[in-house]
Amino acid sequence: MSSLDLGAADTMSLGEKLAQISWSLVLLICVVASVGFAMLYSAANGNFDPWASRQIVRFCVGMVMMLTIALVDIRVWMKLAYPLYGIVFLLLIAVELVGDVGKGAQRWIDLGFIQLQPSEVMKVTLTLALARYFHGATLEDTGRIPFLFIPLLIIFAPVGLVLMQPNLGTSLILVMIGGAIFFLSGVRLWKFGLVIGSVLAAIPIIWQFMHDYQKRRVLTFLDPENDPLGMGYHITQSKIAFGSGGLFGKGFLMGTQSHLNFLPEKQTDFIFTMLAEEFGMVGAVGFLGLYCLLLLFGFVIGLRCRHQFGRLVALGLTVNLFLYLFINVAMIMGLIPVVGVPLPLISYGGTATLAVMIGFGLLLSVHVHRDVRMSKRGITDF
Amino acid sequence: MLSSFDRDTERQRLLTRRTLVLGGMQAAAVSALVARLYYLQILEADRYTMLAEDNRISLRLLSPPRGLIVDRYGVPLALNEQNFRMMMVREQAGDVEAMLQRLSKLVPLTELDIRRVMRDVPRTRPFAPLTVKENLSWDQVSAIELNTPDLPGVSIEVGQVRAYPFGETMAHVLGYVGVVSEKELQGSEDPLLSLPGFRIGKNGLEKAHDLALRGQAGTQQLEVNAVGRVVRELSRQEGQPGKQVTLTLDAKLQHYAQQRLQEHPSAAAVVMDVRSGGVLALCSNPSFDPNQFAMGIGYDAYQALLADERGPLTNKAIAGQYPPGSTFKCLVALAALEAGVVSAEHRVYCNDHMELGGHRFHCWKKGGHGAMNMHDALKHSCDIYFYEVSRRLGIERIAEMARRFGLGSKTGLEVPGERAGLVPDGKWKRATLKEPWYDGETLINSIGQGYMLATPLQLAVMTARMANGGYAVEPHVTKSVESAYEERTVWPAIGVKPENLRLVIDGMNGVVNEQGGTAYASRITQVGMEMVGKTGSSQVRRITMAERATGVRKNEDLPWKERDHALFISFAPIQNPKYACAVIVEHGGGGSKVAAPIARDILLECQMLDAARATVAQQAEAPAEPVAPGTKR
Repeated sequence: MSSLDLGAADTMSLGEKLAQISWSLVLLICVVASVGFAMLYSAANGNFDPWASRQIVRFCVGMVMMLTIALVDIRVWMKLAYPLYGIVFLLLIAVELVGDVGKGAQRWIDLGFIQLQPSEVMKVTLTLALARYFHGATLEDTGRIPFLFIPLLIIFAPVGLVLMQPNLGTSLILVMIGGAIFFLSGVRLWKFGLVIGSVLAAIPIIWQFMHDYQKRRVLTFLDPENDPLGMGYHITQSKIAFGSGGLFGKGFLMGTQSHLNFLPEKQTDFIFTMLAEEFGMVGAVGFLGLYCLLLLFGFVIGLRCRHQFGRLVALGLTVNLFLYLFINVAMIMGLIPVVGVPLPLISYGGTATLAVMIGFGLLLSVHVHRDVRMSKRGITDF
Repeated sequence: MLSSFDRDTERQRLLTRRTLVLGGMQAAAVSALVARLYYLQILEADRYTMLAEDNRISLRLLSPPRGLIVDRYGVPLALNEQNFRMMMVREQAGDVEAMLQRLSKLVPLTELDIRRVMRDVPRTRPFAPLTVKENLSWDQVSAIELNTPDLPGVSIEVGQVRAYPFGETMAHVLGYVGVVSEKELQGSEDPLLSLPGFRIGKNGLEKAHDLALRGQAGTQQLEVNAVGRVVRELSRQEGQPGKQVTLTLDAKLQHYAQQRLQEHPSAAAVVMDVRSGGVLALCSNPSFDPNQFAMGIGYDAYQALLADERGPLTNKAIAGQYPPGSTFKCLVALAALEAGVVSAEHRVYCNDHMELGGHRFHCWKKGGHGAMNMHDALKHSCDIYFYEVSRRLGIERIAEMARRFGLGSKTGLEVPGERAGLVPDGKWKRATLKEPWYDGETLINSIGQGYMLATPLQLAVMTARMANGGYAVEPHVTKSVESAYEERTVWPAIGVKPENLRLVIDGMNGVVNEQGGTAYASRITQVGMEMVGKTGSSQVRRITMAERATGVRKNEDLPWKERDHALFISFAPIQNPKYACAVIVEHGGGGSKVAAPIARDILLECQMLDAARATVAQQAEAPAEPVAPGTKR
């Protein structure tokens, strides 16, 4: 710790830190994750194997990671923001080189114990890097267009790599996270308007460069009946599962659409569909409520933090969590095109779980260290 | 330092504001999700619930057992037998070829069987059973069952297959069942037809009564998953079994008659009740095995049946059209008496031939019969007599009488495939041949040659109408379709004078029961069972002048195809006639020599069977153990 001189005044003992951890948030995370375990149990027709048991193990690993991250001083994370970003960026490049081909897109690196999706982790490190960049920026700074060049590069370098995989959904999420941090940092609204306008103008050009399967997904979204046995089938069956669940649902383990395999990918992307089928609208809205509570924690932590880095990290991660939730749920209800985004804490999957747990760890760290004083460079310079 | 603090407050205020905007947007987005949930799960719930049930529930049809066909005494003629099928579920069996190897050690599998299975493999889902072999014997079934532990995925399924215990004997009447063709599938609303392996009547009574025999489909609701695997049965509703069809046929008599016909290459016989019209026997030889058809006949076997010049697939009793030959003389005689062109005692002198319009018409007997009255003319089947009578009558009156006795139009028997025969007259000839009628043709047709054509069934109906005193009885072969049998015995009168009819029958009596009659050798001697009849030999070739000069060749010297058809019509007993019988032996030679003995045997058997049954019934009626008076139960 000698290289990271934090100043004695701002160091807290381990006991103080533990006391400062928002245990109600930790409990809420456990509750939401438990709903996920129950759904994975149901997805396997009432078996812990193969999904629920492994997901529980992953969650426990994630829990340890989360608490460890929470106890590390936020200033350390600020110091590490760029190196971490750099490492994950290198991993993204590695995916291009050695990544396994999965689902028609190169997304994974097999690390032995886990199939790592660097693009998921990038969501967190991008937030850290941008938060660090904007931490010391005054409003005058953010008003200068040249000042925005570096953060734009920070955003679009990984976005470009993720697009090459190709993974349209995650690249859009990265852009949106970056946009949210720009927005919170005080970038003028007209600049957003300019960018959004030019993106809209670029859509026909982007369309040219899109892969056939991506075009198909968009077209299928626009008219699902057109492709009742291909991509449209998934959404149609998902909507049937939602609708047939009705107000109170068919009961735990009783979802016909999911248990008779009409629902595709029920343990991953479509797990909320299963929840809505078995527990009805009551269960679905209740679950959304729990998730919104998680988001609320994020907002409160962000707003109560006394340094810009913490605020931007907390709010950026909250936006990230929100994007997961919204894109996943809107997709499976047929509101937006199929983009293959999981529902964190609920969907079966390693990287997304770990990425989200790391995010929660940082969020908790922001909370624990909300009052530390921080210089422009993250170290007390009083 | 202070300014830095101020700057931070300013930044923080902006951030808080913008966080609230972001939070508001997120709240709006989540509200949109909830609204969507409300739309899907509340507003559209009914529609989606229905779709989910559609997904989940597969409605399967249960084929009902096909109705039995029994003879007039309840003897089963068509029934359903258990058919043991060896099935294999691919995903459990593992390597299909290795499994077939193992199976072939227990049940002989032909090259064809194996090829068929391998062909079906990619077409069947891995969990769906595919048929390895049908119609296993009991021994084979037990061999499989015994080795079940070593044969994962192999099972025996019991199905039903149509069986015809009388085989060839009943083939033409009953027809057979077969798989549904594309055309039949399109023409019908019955969901049963689309069942794989479902069989429907393809011919004969199986076809005529198919709807009644078929029954109604049952339904079974199954829960299935996305790939169609059955998870469980939800409900089951048994269908309506097919109705039992009872025929007027007598299986024993039919069997006897068929055996008798089998002595000749090609023949047909019909026995019918002269009052009710119920057909007791309807035989056509050669025949085929309907069981082969029910199980699915092989290509080669079917081609062999098609190629056979004796026409085993044709029901000659109703679809074979033959010149009736001299059997037709009965009607010419009757027409002559009715028209009054001759009296019964009027004599015609037969001196071998007769000249008309520059043509010479020969009697079958070289040298002639001498002076003939009607009785003798029938008894000896003199052609010259009928030439003369028909010359006086004209074709129109002959044709009219033929039609009144059922010739020239379909009798309306339920068995499909009946043909109408032909009764020619001037109008017919002008219409079809665009030529006027010549008097010489009247002569030829009066002896049942020329254009005249009749089916054995029509000849039997004609005979029955004479035997029952001139009533227009119509034939039928179905006694009841699971309903009470109402025997019809009242038929419209044909309108011939009974004394004229008696004179003709007297002539037919002469044919059989008087010395010198053409069928005297075939008379029935059992008292009370005697028959009357009329022989017929219809020529199938033209005899040239040159051949007459050198002597007409005998039938035995001719190739089979050129020999005369042998015919005989008859009824018995003479008092209160009961049964009419018509027999035709294709290219059999003379009616008296070949057809008459068969008819005699059939009519005798028919009456003997009646007598035997009456005895049995009497014994059954007599109380075996007299109940002691006073004991009440």
